[in-house]
Amino acid sequence: MGTAFMVLCGAATLVGVVALVVLLADLALDGAPRLSWSFLNSFASRFPERAGVKAALLGSVWILALTALIAFPVSVAAAIYLEEYAPQTWVTRLIRLNIANLAGVPSIVYGILGLALFVRTLGLDRSIISGALTLSLLIMPVIIIASQEAIRAVPSSIREAAYGLGATRWQVVRTQVLPMAMPGIMTGAILALSRAVGETAPLIMVGAVGFIAFAPTGVFDSFTVLPLQIYNWISRPQEEFHQLAAAGILVLLAVLLTMNAAAILLRNRYQSRR
Amino acid sequence: MPTIYDIDTGGKAPALEARDLSVFYGSKVAVKEISLTIPANRVVALIGPSGCGKSTLLRCLNRMNDLVSGARVEGEVAFRGKNLYDTDVDPVEVRRRIGMVFQKPNPFPKSIYENTAFGPRINGFRGDLDSLVEQSLRQAALWDEVHDRLSDSAYALSGGQQQRLCIARTLAVKPEIVLMDEPASALDPIATQRIEELIYELKKEYTIIIVTHNMQQAARISDYTAFLYMGELIEYGPTESIFTNPREERTEAYVTGRFG
Repeated sequence: MGTAFMVLCGAATLVGVVALVVLLADLALDGAPRLSWSFLNSFASRFPERAGVKAALLGSVWILALTALIAFPVSVAAAIYLEEYAPQTWVTRLIRLNIANLAGVPSIVYGILGLALFVRTLGLDRSIISGALTLSLLIMPVIIIASQEAIRAVPSSIREAAYGLGATRWQVVRTQVLPMAMPGIMTGAILALSRAVGETAPLIMVGAVGFIAFAPTGVFDSFTVLPLQIYNWISRPQEEFHQLAAAGILVLLAVLLTMNAAAILLRNRYQSRR
Repeated sequence: MPTIYDIDTGGKAPALEARDLSVFYGSKVAVKEISLTIPANRVVALIGPSGCGKSTLLRCLNRMNDLVSGARVEGEVAFRGKNLYDTDVDPVEVRRRIGMVFQKPNPFPKSIYENTAFGPRINGFRGDLDSLVEQSLRQAALWDEVHDRLSDSAYALSGGQQQRLCIARTLAVKPEIVLMDEPASALDPIATQRIEELIYELKKEYTIIIVTHNMQQAARISDYTAFLYMGELIEYGPTESIFTNPREERTEAYVTGRFG
């Protein structure tokens, strides 16, 4: 009985692993031959041999950098407020609950909000800034929750020690709480950003374009991102474009893995320092 | 019926005076209308069984209880002719002048030097920080052990050394009163002895109020002892008379180890 259960659980584990391996192998077989410097350095084209991911890669980098720039400080500030300043009332609890709920809202809903608010009402048009603002809204709840947890993990004895020496609330936060919580906050932020880099739906809503043949030069330029470019290629009938899509997915995976590795590295550095 | 115990302060102004001090956590009373006078340059011990309110009382004396949500204080604490709970009193300033050492050593995850320098730094200290750090570490009887490794992490020190570092850190802010919340309860006997010797030295310059659950410790180091039970001050007086000739039966029962 016990053995059967173990085998069953083992098989369940294998389902995930095998699926991932098959997927990656299939992708690598299709995409690897297409990976080259010119693939990374060429714009989209209707000729498969000349097409590349440059616009999409640059678009993703622009969006990602801008999203990080907007979402990170706002989220950390919100988390600090909720953990260190806000009185423990039902209003605070309601806000906390709502942030947790927001983290579970489907991303397309954020896309609709972004379209109505940033693209139309604020007149930012279908630009990088609209996309970045929309993705910021999407990942802010995730970063806030991760930051709250990191801040809560700072031992209260450290806060007491600082208060006991005549530190103001701001000094306690700046000199003790934030430095100790920062690795945890960074890890959460990077994982949230790696979610953002794979998002497609909200960016389609705010008007990411499938075909861009220039490098963005500012935040008001129109843009495309890797997942969208991949989707665009996949939906074409020619086999060559499917290979390009596979190569694009490999690029996207490389970006994602780099970000996750950075998150793990940060966490390990933090743990070894303690 | 609150009892007021006045202490002969030898003509000197008392360091601190609590008057009808009560503390509530929500609707629960933790400290009931306590009044007591703390003489300057003396060691006052607060003793009593767990949950008797001695730590709560201690934390009221420098407004650390402000940080506990749901805690409410009534009555007053007079410090240099001013009630610490007046609305125009800044709790941050109170904590600078009335320092605190906690039960468990809680150094910052920084170097020994930075731990000691933290208080002066945040308080805008201008002057020779190096010599202030040295002076504070000497006062805490730690200098000889750490002077050649000030940049090492405070976490590399033993528990007893960490606690003396925390004392040095408190002294570096130059408080007038030092509150100690069971400062030796997490330490071994030898480290405890060093802390006790240190407290004896420190009372030349500071007034010390120490919470302890160790009656021998209270008897050894304090000049005055207050016995608290169920949030009330049962008896307060010179340590010798509390331990050898208590007026209250409950005090006698506690100090002779019949309960607690």
